[in-house]
Amino acid sequence: MQDILSLLSFSDGGWGTALAAGTLVTLSLALTTLPVGLFLGLGVALMARSNSPRLRAIATVFTTIFRGLPELLTLLIVYYGGQILIQRLMAAMGFEAQIQINAFLAGVIAFGLVLAAFSSEVWVGALNTIARGQYEAASALGLTKWLSFRLVVFPQLMRAALPGLSNNWLTLLKDTSLISTISLVDIMRQTNLAVGATKQPMVFYLTACFLYLILSAGSGFAFAFLERRANRGHVRG
Amino acid sequence: MLRDLLGLVINLDLLDRYGWRFLDGVVVTAQLVTISFILGGVLGLLLGLARLSENLALRWFSGAYIYFFRGSPLLAQLFLLYYGLGSLRGFWTDVGLWWFFREAWYCALLAFTLNTAAYQAEIFRGGIQAVPRGQREAAAALGMHNAIIFAKVVFPQAMIVALRPLGNELILMVKASAIASLVTIYDLMGVTKLAFSRSYNFELYLWAAVLYLIIVECIRRLWAVLERRLTRHLKMGESQPVQAGWLSRMTKSALKPNA
Repeated sequence: MQDILSLLSFSDGGWGTALAAGTLVTLSLALTTLPVGLFLGLGVALMARSNSPRLRAIATVFTTIFRGLPELLTLLIVYYGGQILIQRLMAAMGFEAQIQINAFLAGVIAFGLVLAAFSSEVWVGALNTIARGQYEAASALGLTKWLSFRLVVFPQLMRAALPGLSNNWLTLLKDTSLISTISLVDIMRQTNLAVGATKQPMVFYLTACFLYLILSAGSGFAFAFLERRANRGHVRG
Repeated sequence: MLRDLLGLVINLDLLDRYGWRFLDGVVVTAQLVTISFILGGVLGLLLGLARLSENLALRWFSGAYIYFFRGSPLLAQLFLLYYGLGSLRGFWTDVGLWWFFREAWYCALLAFTLNTAAYQAEIFRGGIQAVPRGQREAAAALGMHNAIIFAKVVFPQAMIVALRPLGNELILMVKASAIASLVTIYDLMGVTKLAFSRSYNFELYLWAAVLYLIIVECIRRLWAVLERRLTRHLKMGESQPVQAGWLSRMTKSALKPNA
């Protein structure tokens, strides 16, 4: 027991500092991906609800592909495919160089696409809850399109969307563990390194699981707060 | 003729070299997902019932189980089982289970089963809770046993609610099973990585993408059929024209001379 605690300690020979750094990487990856995926998802949702059949078709194809592909495959396609694409582009412009895509960036793009596909469904559902009269009343008050979205539609949208988005966020948080396979040093990768060095897989993989559980629990509190805030103007019944 | 047409879309040389391997990969993925989904369903149903039981210990245990497996990544759980439990060789040899934890295949099956059980437990719990109380009371008034009430009255109605989320969970399992490739299992993803590391041809990843999309689409179609079958008694009132299935519609339109 003493040994295990010293393995996880923050002092010399302990892996505490390394695991904390990994946790920071995991969190910053997820937090960077979140706005990217949510905005893209909202865009896809607006396309899915538009009058143009072409835009609707694009939205359908987008969600079908990125909801259907394994996240690991999406990540590898973005990572390797992006490298090949950039190298071809550079070669076409006359540069010859070996280019490595930054793993963090590949993660943000790949997980952003997946999050966009899943959150667009949530956005569509939330947009459907907003009655037509709200738009009409807003325009009767003389609000511009942007202002009526920001002041009238968006606050109601968030109220309906938050529970779904919190699920999307938890999935994203867990999916980021896949980034360890393209050697970004997040919780999972740091754990693998620790296991390699100490030969204590039980201890470290359990620790990793609990780190993710702590992050999930923390997100639970954050979303409960956000939901209370989004509901503050809402009278039940 | 067919080959020439195929050659327009894909690299035939690659197809000759890796085609059969990819099919093997699909089979391995299908086995992995089917077995763990069914075993996970049985375990999930038990956990879901435990979650609803009056016994505090059962409720607490199933709650903690579900929280653990839904709150941490499947990747971490798989490594915990394969590398973590696999490191306790002495212990497993003593209890005679070393053959199980030695194999990546069994560890992956176990990890996926335990993981999907947690998700399915929540689905079954929701479905069972959605059955109106009056159904149970009416069945009890007819003098049925508790077990019969569950099997004949509650469960079939719960399944109608649970079916769609179960389909989603199955699709999520197909996608998640790609992780098995990280513990040396040659499923579709594993085969793709192996072929890519030998040929450095990016087209292979696109094959895998298409194959995964086809698997997911097949499941969606299968589930639509299942759903229509399970809810067929609910449509009695409305007189609906008999809709042919998608397969017969497709074959019909394909066979029509000038379609």
